[in-house]
Amino acid sequence: MRIGDAKQSYEADEAILTSSTQKIWFALFLLALLLFPFMADAYLLYLGCLVGIAVISTTGLNILTGFTGLISLGQAGFMGVGGYTVAWLSANTGLPFPVTLLLAGLLAAAVGILVGLPSLRVKGLYLAIATLAASVFLHFIFAEWESVTGGMGGLSLEPAHLFGLTFQSDFGMYFIIVPLAVVMVLAARNVFRTRIGRAFIAIRDRDISAEILGINLLHYKLMSFALSSFYAGVAGGLFAYFFRVVTPESFPLSMSIFYLAAVIVGGMGNLLGGILGAAFMTLIPEILKLLTTALTPFYPNAPIFMSPMLEIIFGALIVGFLIFEPHGLAEIWHRIRRFFSLWPFKN
Amino acid sequence: MDWLFFGEISLAGLAMGGLYALIGLGFVIIYKATRVINFAIGEIMMFAAYLFLAFAGGMEMSPWVALPLAVLGGSVLGGVIEKVMIRPMLGESSISVVMVTIGIASILVGVVEMIWGADPQLLPGFLPRKPVFIGEMYLAPKIAYGFLIGAALLIVYLLYFRFSRGGVALRATASDQAAAYSMGINVRRVFNLAWVFGSLAASLAGVLVAATGGLSPQFGAIGLSVLVVVIVGGLDSIVGALIAGVFIGWLETVAGAYLGGEYRMPATFAVLAVILVFRPYGLFGTHEIERV
Repeated sequence: MRIGDAKQSYEADEAILTSSTQKIWFALFLLALLLFPFMADAYLLYLGCLVGIAVISTTGLNILTGFTGLISLGQAGFMGVGGYTVAWLSANTGLPFPVTLLLAGLLAAAVGILVGLPSLRVKGLYLAIATLAASVFLHFIFAEWESVTGGMGGLSLEPAHLFGLTFQSDFGMYFIIVPLAVVMVLAARNVFRTRIGRAFIAIRDRDISAEILGINLLHYKLMSFALSSFYAGVAGGLFAYFFRVVTPESFPLSMSIFYLAAVIVGGMGNLLGGILGAAFMTLIPEILKLLTTALTPFYPNAPIFMSPMLEIIFGALIVGFLIFEPHGLAEIWHRIRRFFSLWPFKN
Repeated sequence: MDWLFFGEISLAGLAMGGLYALIGLGFVIIYKATRVINFAIGEIMMFAAYLFLAFAGGMEMSPWVALPLAVLGGSVLGGVIEKVMIRPMLGESSISVVMVTIGIASILVGVVEMIWGADPQLLPGFLPRKPVFIGEMYLAPKIAYGFLIGAALLIVYLLYFRFSRGGVALRATASDQAAAYSMGINVRRVFNLAWVFGSLAASLAGVLVAATGGLSPQFGAIGLSVLVVVIVGGLDSIVGALIAGVFIGWLETVAGAYLGGEYRMPATFAVLAVILVFRPYGLFGTHEIERV
């Protein structure tokens, strides 16, 4: 808490950025995002796009799991719905990307509502299993409905286009993915300043109490599912445009677990945490790859051990964060901030 | 319709279901005592099966020595997991604990891949090879004897929980922790024992399943089928796990034989979805009453 920070109006109290320091840093951050593709090489650009997609999907899952307390193992399935929608639409209708992405999000949201329907009767882990069942069915549909999804071979896409512009390179995709990620994260931030977002949090903290307070549980739980899978659908659509091919194996169950892990490592119920978690979890494999390449001259066997090592690190991160740092990277971030804002005095 | 074929398929399915029932029992023991949903049970099975491979294949022990050793290894692993990673999570939300077990599953897959490599492997055959006929129906010997061994352990377990001191302590802890504590039951020890016993059942089933179908680091995916079993039966019901285990094993095999392998998972998950809608706490599970 800063000294001399009395708020004089509700607007000031509710503002996302409260101090001028924050505003300056935020502006600098946006500027950095804008300049990044002009400085970065192809590899960094590719990573930037991946992180952007992961941020959107993680934010969506954070709304559902972190803020509403509904655990979902279906995130990859919802992303698949988005990815296939985009692939099918661009092959059969030639619509520009803003329309296909919107439709991808909406269709995923509709599927999300359908999957969320049991959420009034079953809770907690039973719900997690229901979403798991949904992802099994979705995978089955992706693999077997060959006339639409192309079966196991999947579908390949034309590059995203708008007003005659095509976004073929990673450079072009960056300017679709990252602005969209920024807008969607800000939108999520806004949701939690409204009745809807507060209702989500009330449901997470104690659903029965929330119902007594007059919150329609089914309505808000379904809304949370719809919002979350809308984010997943858009992320899946971007995924499809970015890799230009979707197959049933593009969206495996392990991907759902990856996003849950990103939410946990980042910090459940914290949007900043979602961003940090998504970036961190996406970059871990790449850092490990760099390490392996560096180690190969000394240990020729290093590449063989990379993929199991990745599994171990992935699991150890989940377990370690849950046991030692349950509030995730966001908490570490706050600790660092506190250190600097209180310096030279100790917290 | 070819009734002989249907009978043979059903028999194989029921035998497989017996093993599912055994794994489901391991799962339910852990859940009943500690309220932890163990997503890592498939990986514990896999680990025990790889131990068997190492003992019987690599060190060339007799399979009948290797089998108890591997099962023992799997149970010790379960106990260690409980002590080191589950104990600190006591009192945390169920989402967090489940995620810890998912993390453990990932670690185990990595460890196994690092030690034994990613390629599929065959376990040395140790069960009799003479074909088994029940009436006219043929049953693969591996499946038949696997079922018999599994069923034996299952009966031992049921008797143990019914009559022994440890079994009573476990059931007492499951029904009321605070009361069990005040009666002088060492609840921590019961938690640990539940993990050891649960992992023991899973480990034995793991070796038996791997003996029929081969072994690879993806073996743990069988945990998903087991999840269906315990949800359909009811998470805290031993009877439920047995009945649902046999039923799901049968359904999976029949669906695989008549509709094709890609229908195995959707068929069982369709049953799961129906159960979740009409009986959210499973066929035999306890319906929990919540109060504010």
